[in-house]
Amino acid sequence: MVKRSTWSIPYLIFMLVFVVLPLLLIVLYAFQDGSGRFTLSNITHFFSDSDSLSTFAVSIEVAIENTLICILLGYPAAWILANRKYNKSAVTVVLFIMPMWINALMRTLATAELFNMLGIALGKGTLLFGMVYDFLPFMIYPIYNTLRKMDQSYAEAAEDLGAAPWTVFWKITVPLSIPGVMSGILMVFMPTVSTFAISEFLTNNKIKLFGTIIQENINSSMWNYGAALAFIMLVIIGITTLFQGSEQTEAEGGVI
Amino acid sequence: MTEEYIIDIQHLSKSFGGVKVLDDINFYVRSGEFITLLGPSGCGKTTLLRQIAGFVVPDEGRIMLEGKDISGIPPHKRPLNTVFQRYALFPHLDVFDNVAFGLKLQKLPAKEIESRVKKMLKMVSMTDYEDRSVDSLSGGQQQRVAIARALVNYPKVLLLDEPLAALDLKMRKDMQLELKEIHRKMGITFIYVTHDQEEALTLSDTIVVMNEGRIQQIGTPTDIYNEPVNSFVADFIGESTILNGTMICDRKVEFMGHEFECVDEGFGQNVPVDVVVRPEDVCISSSMEGAQFSGVVESCIFKGVHYEMFVDTDNGYELMVQDYDSFEPGTKVGLRINPDDIQVMRKERTCNTIEAEVEDGEHVSMLGCSWECRVPEGFQEGDKVLAEVAFDKVDLLDNQEDGKLGGEVHFLLYKGDHYHLTILTDDGDHLWVDTDDIWDKGDLVGIDILPEDIKIVRRNG
Amino acid sequence: MKKALAKCYIWLLLAMLYAPLLFIAVYSFTESRVMGSWTGFSVKLYQNLFTGNVSGGAALLSAVENTLLIALIAAAFSTVLGTVAAIGIFNLKERSRRAMQFLNNIPMINPDIITGVSLFLLFVFLRFSQGYVTVVLAHITFCTPYVVLSVMPKLSQMNPNIYEAALDLGATPGQALRKVLIPELRPGMISGFMMAFTMSLDDFAVTFFTRGTVGLDTLSTYIYADARKGGLTPELRPLMTLIFLLVLVLLVIINLRGSRAKNATE
Repeated sequence: MVKRSTWSIPYLIFMLVFVVLPLLLIVLYAFQDGSGRFTLSNITHFFSDSDSLSTFAVSIEVAIENTLICILLGYPAAWILANRKYNKSAVTVVLFIMPMWINALMRTLATAELFNMLGIALGKGTLLFGMVYDFLPFMIYPIYNTLRKMDQSYAEAAEDLGAAPWTVFWKITVPLSIPGVMSGILMVFMPTVSTFAISEFLTNNKIKLFGTIIQENINSSMWNYGAALAFIMLVIIGITTLFQGSEQTEAEGGVI
Repeated sequence: MTEEYIIDIQHLSKSFGGVKVLDDINFYVRSGEFITLLGPSGCGKTTLLRQIAGFVVPDEGRIMLEGKDISGIPPHKRPLNTVFQRYALFPHLDVFDNVAFGLKLQKLPAKEIESRVKKMLKMVSMTDYEDRSVDSLSGGQQQRVAIARALVNYPKVLLLDEPLAALDLKMRKDMQLELKEIHRKMGITFIYVTHDQEEALTLSDTIVVMNEGRIQQIGTPTDIYNEPVNSFVADFIGESTILNGTMICDRKVEFMGHEFECVDEGFGQNVPVDVVVRPEDVCISSSMEGAQFSGVVESCIFKGVHYEMFVDTDNGYELMVQDYDSFEPGTKVGLRINPDDIQVMRKERTCNTIEAEVEDGEHVSMLGCSWECRVPEGFQEGDKVLAEVAFDKVDLLDNQEDGKLGGEVHFLLYKGDHYHLTILTDDGDHLWVDTDDIWDKGDLVGIDILPEDIKIVRRNG
Repeated sequence: MKKALAKCYIWLLLAMLYAPLLFIAVYSFTESRVMGSWTGFSVKLYQNLFTGNVSGGAALLSAVENTLLIALIAAAFSTVLGTVAAIGIFNLKERSRRAMQFLNNIPMINPDIITGVSLFLLFVFLRFSQGYVTVVLAHITFCTPYVVLSVMPKLSQMNPNIYEAALDLGATPGQALRKVLIPELRPGMISGFMMAFTMSLDDFAVTFFTRGTVGLDTLSTYIYADARKGGLTPELRPLMTLIFLLVLVLLVIINLRGSRAKNATE
């Protein structure tokens, strides 16, 4: 056989330089002070700074709420879209993805303007609305994909064994679609925590999310503290992916 | 001598991840021959074919093509072509371009390519399909294109990897005839891989029966059918009942509790043997006149041309019988088997012989764990010995965890009144077991052997 | 009844998703500086856009140009790198393949800001001056995984014997690659390219952190700066409307072609 496996080497090198090394640098900078000495002060500073902590708490809260709303709104939509009885064409699915082709900032700004016009004050409510609006397609699509690929004979077997449609849904469809939901959560939760521009526009800078303080620190040359904040986020990402990794390996493949 | 052998395989071996897939394979192919590699899935036949084609590099051994070793030559430089299992037609090319692929690579003039492709498509009766996309063809049509694509290059040898496996039965029968016809017309050597014994018997000049990476028997279809060399071949080719027997002396064999005349000689006296009886060779009649033994019909199924019956014989064996006449279940019948219809085979083994090492006076280690047994006087710790365990002394348990070690039912043979199983242990060792219980291939079992059933003997040399 | 309810729900969600886009489109036909106040129908903004007479001057137009060029370069590089990588990964042994797939997943799992900050630190660490090149490199970083991901399924769906069949018929490994493998992978490469292109177009955070201080703007960073200055350049409205229409037309064409191809094979 011809050794095509060596073809992965250029990409491996590329990833080591542009993915692995940069992540290591986040760790390195997070544990250094301005002059390059090892320190824990960046991390301890975060845990003693009430501003950072409350921003962190708010971000997590918004992210949880956003994720839950996306699941609640997105799951039925994905289910309907995947159900051949209700939706025969793929066009409707494309319609859900299409807004993503328009610049996210522009969409967000338009949403904010829309709220302004309707006389709705910008704040937590509008922030959540805007977030759901931005992230809903990312929840719908992976769930739709797993539901669509699901072998129909499971549901038929359950029905054959005497399960009512509602029972089939809860006992068969939902458990089998968990990988899709998981990958949806992955696509929604952490990105919500880390958005910065969107929260500024949708709340008129009233509510800061975690991403915003990372950006502020980096932009004002506080690289080490910024890196420390990014490191904390990395840890959370690591935990959530490890937690999910055991249950889903393939599902992320279905993004977009 | 080697001149007339177009292909000569010498001592070929191959392992994948420590598992020996092919073990010392030797055979030759005569020029113009239709030779079939036949065996159950996983026997190594496809690997062997892929080595000839050049997709797998052998660990050891040589592949000689017309006297030259080609084992080191990459596939695209070998003058052989392959018809792949699922055709492997190029989906982005139409029928013509698929067939022309090899010729275009040879940079032949367009005119010649066109005439050769057309001629070949005509031979496989696909003349009007030149511009069709291959996705729009039926399985049988794709098959024809795949054959044309390979043959258009006039290969020295055509390799066919289960080419008919994906077709339905009717289509398969038709294609078999066509393949045979193409082989006759082209005069090219065919090496054909299949697991379908009927197909092998129909098509081949020579059959190479393989199992577990080894060649079991090489011969013409009639040789293989009428004179299988071991119980595997007898069981795999055609229908048969395989029974334990004893060769009493030349031309006299005992099985099913009766003595029979046979035509075999040279086994010695009172030697345990395997006896093969083909169901169509058992004469059945309602009268006892001329019968060698009697039985009661247990079941009778119509099979189209003949009836297939299972008969309980007077000594408690079950025998498969095929006859044009049907006998109602419950009928008492007389049975006889003519001497030249009894195939006697030497037993490959009469008990399990396992390599073991003495641990102390009451333990040996074998099959990857320690076993309690009675180690006779005169053996010392660390002695390499053999442990003998009779086939019927190996206990099989339903749960793998309950046994001393786990295994899987790998092969089973019904011997008229009991099953003879081949068990593959978790460590890859083989055990042979006689049992009255019914197991299926692939069943996971626990294995146990009582201390008193393990007999320790010295190793020779 | 149930069906009507389901349809209703879907259309309601879609209405919500499309409301802001519609809002932009409607207000692209009026001259007012802010959206939400209608000062009469006008196509002036469209005229401004096409004549280059934009209040933001050449900045907006060059941002559009940068966005497209960066997306094109990044997508092209990613497609080549990703396809080669996918073929390599596909042929790796189980364990190394998993490791590579894990690495490949990292940029996709990482939120943009982590990718942005980490690459920013990389360029700072390597003392690499930031600008066009760093932005393109950064875009290749987060685009390539999508190419790998869309080429891999094509490799596993492919009849594994096809490549061997080409060799068997006398093609050298290079010829087999060109004449058989690449045509087979082409649909995956195209969709990977499209994905990479879109991801790059839409990116804000990564560009924001890697563009340095040379004043390089893409549409995203332009809009961000514009909005922070207070008040969006009105010409963005017709621009977005046109982009949306373009995407719409493209998608319709792709879908029509897709369904026609499907019909043809059936």
